[in-house]
Amino acid sequence: MKFGALLAVLAAGTLVTGCAATAADRNTASASNSSSAKKVSAKKVKAKAAFPSTYKAYPSTETLIIPVTVYDGEGARIDNGWVHMADGKIKAVGGPTSPPPDVANQVDGAGKYVTPGIIDIHSHLGDYPTPSVAAHNDGNEATSPVTPQVWAEHSVWPQDPGFSRAMANGGITSLQILPGSANLFGGRSVTLKNVPARTVQAMKFPGAPYGMKMACGENPKRVYGGRNRLPSTRMGNLALNRQTWIDAQEYRDKINDAKPPKRDLGKETLAGVLDGDILVHNHCYRADELNQIIDMSKEFGYKVTAFHHAVESYKIADILAEEGICSAIWADWWGFKMEAYDAIPENAALLQQAGACVIIHSDDENQIQRLNQEAAKALSDGRAMGIEISDAEAIRWITYNPAKAMGIEDMTGSLKAGKMADIVLWNGNPLSVYSRPEKVWIDGSLLYDNADPARSPVSDFELGQPGEGDVK
Amino acid sequence: MKRLALAFFSTVAFAAAPVAAETIAITGGKVVIGDGSAPIDGGTVIIRNDRVVAAGRNVTIPADARRVDASGKWVTPGIFAGFSRIGLVEVGAVGQTNDRNASGSDFSASLDVQYSINPFASPMAVNRAAGITRAVVSPTAGESIFGGFGAIVDLGQDERAITKAQAFQFVELGETGHAKAGGSRAAAHILFRSLLNEARTYARSPSAFDSDLLKASDAKALLPVINGSVRLLAHVESANDILKVLDLRKDFPALKLVLVGVNEGWRVANHIAAARVPVIASALSDLPYGFENLAATQSNIGRMKAAGVNVAIGMINDRDAHQPRYTMQYAGNLVALTKIPRASGLSWDAAFAAISSKPAEIMGMGAQLGSLKAGRKGDVVIWTGDPLELSTQVESVYIDGVEQSLSNRQQKLRERYRNPTPGNLPKAYDR
Repeated sequence: MKFGALLAVLAAGTLVTGCAATAADRNTASASNSSSAKKVSAKKVKAKAAFPSTYKAYPSTETLIIPVTVYDGEGARIDNGWVHMADGKIKAVGGPTSPPPDVANQVDGAGKYVTPGIIDIHSHLGDYPTPSVAAHNDGNEATSPVTPQVWAEHSVWPQDPGFSRAMANGGITSLQILPGSANLFGGRSVTLKNVPARTVQAMKFPGAPYGMKMACGENPKRVYGGRNRLPSTRMGNLALNRQTWIDAQEYRDKINDAKPPKRDLGKETLAGVLDGDILVHNHCYRADELNQIIDMSKEFGYKVTAFHHAVESYKIADILAEEGICSAIWADWWGFKMEAYDAIPENAALLQQAGACVIIHSDDENQIQRLNQEAAKALSDGRAMGIEISDAEAIRWITYNPAKAMGIEDMTGSLKAGKMADIVLWNGNPLSVYSRPEKVWIDGSLLYDNADPARSPVSDFELGQPGEGDVK
Repeated sequence: MKRLALAFFSTVAFAAAPVAAETIAITGGKVVIGDGSAPIDGGTVIIRNDRVVAAGRNVTIPADARRVDASGKWVTPGIFAGFSRIGLVEVGAVGQTNDRNASGSDFSASLDVQYSINPFASPMAVNRAAGITRAVVSPTAGESIFGGFGAIVDLGQDERAITKAQAFQFVELGETGHAKAGGSRAAAHILFRSLLNEARTYARSPSAFDSDLLKASDAKALLPVINGSVRLLAHVESANDILKVLDLRKDFPALKLVLVGVNEGWRVANHIAAARVPVIASALSDLPYGFENLAATQSNIGRMKAAGVNVAIGMINDRDAHQPRYTMQYAGNLVALTKIPRASGLSWDAAFAAISSKPAEIMGMGAQLGSLKAGRKGDVVIWTGDPLELSTQVESVYIDGVEQSLSNRQQKLRERYRNPTPGNLPKAYDR
């Protein structure tokens, strides 16, 4: 990002928000003339983000993996293929008939598989880290049902040992850390590269848009109803949601005034959603409630990017396909609460059959270590009911689709030339229970190698503890 | 209300009444005995009434047997969930349907899950359809370190779920025990010793028993723990807590201990093996969830087994009421570890034994359950392929020699919404 514009904006004492360029567009617009906001915004003036990413790729070696079976993340499979990476980028992917480049460092992939780095769109690593002691409960600002002003990145503890497990056992290279679901408006998410770092900023995925966590249903009404305050019902949830959007609209409309309103962190986030710069990730289980949320988004002119935990998506798969909203779901969780009672393991397959977007997510420090297996189970259960889905399509559920819903699909999520070399080499078909990551590259840098203990991260917390540096 | 409930149950009992046991010959499949031996291609399994009478190659098929062709399939003993809370919970967050613990009760060791287990709970049907046929069902601890009596159950569709009531007593002696006892491990251990000693006092003169620590019924419940006629399943995770629990046998030599959880077991595996105390361990715990799990690793079970520990797979505080069907996936993951440098896993044969014969043996029921050896209960599953593999589906399930319905409400929901758009009538009419 270019930072020059920021100083001017700051000097003008106007609004500075998150990292998205569009937030800067607003700043610039407000500093000039409200009526020409659109025009100025079109210039894509960039401004420095608050808490900017300082992530830098680690050194990489030009590498050719050959011969290898390739799942490209966008639904294609290449047998007897190869993958070429250099300068941290994917240079080319080829099949048996395309001549590979001459590269000194070759990795033998015979009998092995390559996928894009696995992406978890729903994680609480860092904001609910292990050890899961009370001092680490940083995921829910459960003091008000409306907290769009909080940012998950301010809770993330980079030393959470869970990041290393997600890499070594799950091949996770990017992940979205969300606030919890106690609140209707939980706050901003942060997208990270799964690269160990001293600071959160050094993990932040450069150029990733922000997300905002929302939650419907049981959790908000339980948490706040239990304190005898709004919301204590589902209708209370919606009422407070809508009033919050009305207030946000008013704020957004005044940002461009000659005398803009005093900065309001929460409303900045909400205005970012209304402007389409911040992506909505809405925790919501029941089909009827998903539909309520869709109507609310239409009332206020924003879009839900993905419904998370949507265990009943299959009941309205046609509607979700038409609306173009992803369902980020577990393969088979069910029964842990009333709104999860009708979950079925064929949810993903039924959505896929209807042409709706499927993402398999974890929301869990254990299952993030085997999203590939969760996708495989969902695939198998779909096939068992007669829905034909290719293996390569199931890999898309944990690579390209989450990348798209996180707004980073131009940079990662599939094995296309020019994208980040976020790559997992599996020691067998990743849809088999018997397969594990053998090597993981992030931006071309080899950060995990199961044959080399020196290429396996150990968090500060685990240094000097029993089991330090052990296989986990 | 009561009358209504009775009417409901009797209807269901009739509706769900399974067909009578018979003689069945399952032929042509890849047969896994479950005792750790290698699968047998083209094997035959004979079930007569409720028992397995033969399994393997060169098995004579009785003339009256109903033949089931399992060519191209795998035939195994039903999966034995080594530790679970199945049947205790319908919906986790709906208190009225959740019998995991009784934190409001004055009782502890005498609480008995046999009165809580609901054979009609939907997790029973869902997990049965996934190939789980038997399970260890444990209470969790409520107010005391002792949670009460656990049971062995079958997941059959009939109204009798209990295979063995009062199969064990459950106790928390790690971080959870520390909290229940008042805030330290010292408190947990003195409480443990005091309660058992109080129980001895009770035994000497039940009618005169008057204790501030223990109700008479709880004291009575602890007696078979002291004399070793009922197993004591002790939940511990850290190496230190494991050693401290093994030491309890100095004061209570007859204790029939089984360790549960045991994330750090590998660090003291030689002690556990020498003590000949069996373990029901979490398979894939590999994070420091608390300070008692600092050295947790998926290689734990493999290392313990290599050190000579008798170990089975269980799901301890891990979706244990709804997802015992993860058991096969967990076992498969331990096989995956055998291909990873420095890791320790289980061979396929050992991994399957860890979810069939091993839990049965550890619970003292190896002669009746957990394998396809002659004389075991007729719990058999036919699979489309390798039962540990994710692409495999269950074809049929037999429990006590009776073929089971695989129907459940998840499957019915799936069929209703195969096409989500309503037709000429609302979805509520699709059944």
